[in-house]
Amino acid sequence: MTFLTGWGRTAPTPARLARPRSAREVAELVRRAPGRGVAARGLGRSYGDAAQNAGGLVLDCTALTSWSIDETTGLVTAAAGLSLHDLMTALVPRGWFVPVTPGTRHVTVGGAVAADVHGKNHHADSSFGAHLRSLTLVTADGAGRTLTPDDDLFWATVGGMGLTGVITEAVFRCVPIETSRMRVDVERTRDLDHTLETMTATDDRYRYTVAWIDLLASGGRMGRSVLTRGDHAGREELPRGADPLAFAPAARLKAPPWAPGGLLNPVTVRAFNEAWYRRARPATGLLQGLAPFFHPLDSVDGWNRVYGPRGFVQYQFVVPAGAEATLRRIVSRLSAEGVVSFLTVLKRFGPGTPGMLSFPIPGWTLALDIPAGRAGLAALLREFDGWVAEAGGRVYLAKDSRMSAETAAAMYPRLGEWRKVREGADPGGVFRSDLARRLLL
Amino acid sequence: MRNALGAVDTVLLLGGRSEIGLAIVERLVRDGARRVVLAARDAGDTPPVIGAAEVHLLDFDASRPETHGEVIEAAAELVGDLDVVIPAFGVLGSQAAYDADPVAAARAVAVNYGGHVSAGLFAARRLREQGHGTLVVLSSVAGVRVRRANFVYGSAKAGLDGFAQGLGDALHGSGARVMVVRPGFVIGRMTEGMSPAPMSSTPGQVADAVIDGLRSGAEVVWVPGRLRAVFAVMRVLPRAIWRRMPR
Repeated sequence: MTFLTGWGRTAPTPARLARPRSAREVAELVRRAPGRGVAARGLGRSYGDAAQNAGGLVLDCTALTSWSIDETTGLVTAAAGLSLHDLMTALVPRGWFVPVTPGTRHVTVGGAVAADVHGKNHHADSSFGAHLRSLTLVTADGAGRTLTPDDDLFWATVGGMGLTGVITEAVFRCVPIETSRMRVDVERTRDLDHTLETMTATDDRYRYTVAWIDLLASGGRMGRSVLTRGDHAGREELPRGADPLAFAPAARLKAPPWAPGGLLNPVTVRAFNEAWYRRARPATGLLQGLAPFFHPLDSVDGWNRVYGPRGFVQYQFVVPAGAEATLRRIVSRLSAEGVVSFLTVLKRFGPGTPGMLSFPIPGWTLALDIPAGRAGLAALLREFDGWVAEAGGRVYLAKDSRMSAETAAAMYPRLGEWRKVREGADPGGVFRSDLARRLLL
Repeated sequence: MRNALGAVDTVLLLGGRSEIGLAIVERLVRDGARRVVLAARDAGDTPPVIGAAEVHLLDFDASRPETHGEVIEAAAELVGDLDVVIPAFGVLGSQAAYDADPVAAARAVAVNYGGHVSAGLFAARRLREQGHGTLVVLSSVAGVRVRRANFVYGSAKAGLDGFAQGLGDALHGSGARVMVVRPGFVIGRMTEGMSPAPMSSTPGQVADAVIDGLRSGAEVVWVPGRLRAVFAVMRVLPRAIWRRMPR
């Protein structure tokens, strides 16, 4: 038995780990599933308990790493365990980039499908599922099925958190790039209204945008942000002699293996936020590498350990466009409570996918990290859950580690439809996870 | 499942009318538990726990260990994985009565110790299979060092305390855990008519301490907490002095 946790390092549970080396081995393991069921796991970047299965079997899919690309169409066929990091390392020098990347490259293709991940380009390009041509799923009977967007099971699987089967392969279209650099504009905003106005007015000029909010700023400065917007730079924008498609990112720093609880407290985080806000000099046309633009946290290996032994939770919610009042209410409450969040990120979502449990809907999404030991945190987040649900919004399942089954049912109106499709594909409930048990999925 | 902030979803209370047990369940429900199983003798008239989405009643007789496994399985059938199991049954009795009726003393020990052994082992089997869950064992300072004033009760609690520690060690690494709770004198229905000892507590205070312990993952909880230090001294007090302890 091996104890597993999510990226937030909370609520560990033991499971038997198996590491299949082929889709056939996956199918064999699924056919011999133990009574406590099977869950698939990639690189463990889901914050909560989505890739844990207490007392059962967990399939570590990271040995499934084959891939190929059709260079005329940009169609990539990738095994589920391949990381976006490895994929980018191979693709970028050939002039291709993944259609969607979350804030870390260290997620697998299977995880990206199961969580229907979104990136800084959601307003322009939607989420990962929107770029999928097909996927291969090992279902409860041990059969490998190839699914296309015409199948209900396909859209139950995109965003379905691995509960319809084990994803073994995905086919998706990549985007051509001329260089491995980004042309970036940086701007600071005065307060939350200014942030929302600026994003709404200028988002469509950029393929990628994100706002970092200084949550500890209060009063008239509440919600002040650093906006970072960018596009892939063209070859002519690079200085002479530069290798246009060079890409070799590596983690430069390593977080200490052990950090005391309470390291991130209002004093240290306030100081960091102030420094970060001041350091972000307004700029236009800044040239930046792909890694620092898309994945700044990947430069610190194991940064999740900085939150200390009790771990942390990430709260990411979306509220529909028009529900800005709910967003404002939450930000002002967080600011008033002095909630310590190292990174608070605001983004604008465009249209979602037909994924039945997919997270993104058109509107605003805010993500923040909070140490799990904070007093009163459970009650505060429960209150936010209520406001978010009331506004027609939802909490992201890939980040969740603490909401209730009732809340999840209220936030995901297509849960009933999803259950029906899942019941058809897995009548005996072979695919299970701690997340599924906690939220009665 | 226990969530990232320590809240649980399901609770099984064995001895469903226990004041301390119900106080713990009420607090767990307040923190988010939605499904509760109350198992008690003639469970039909047990009061529901306010606020829980589901409250199930099961018949349970602490003095019939052969039935304990079925009760645990029936509870799991009703609510799925058991996140917290609290065997909260027991009888206090008086030493004078036990001196007069040794058979009654043996019966009390069978419930206070034997009943917990079977219920605890059956519950542990289930929790081990699940790979998670906490068994809350209500021991007592009376079992930490047995006093002449209530040595029948105290010796059963001493046995229970040792059993719970051993079971906790046996479960180590399985994901399931045991939390031993050692209250001092608890003012409540069980001790009605007795004058409270120093450092006594109420069922509510015991329950608060249990909730804190569950949240922090404690292995042993003393109620009130300062009894831990007091008993560090009591444990090594010379026997000649200890036997003169008033109660």
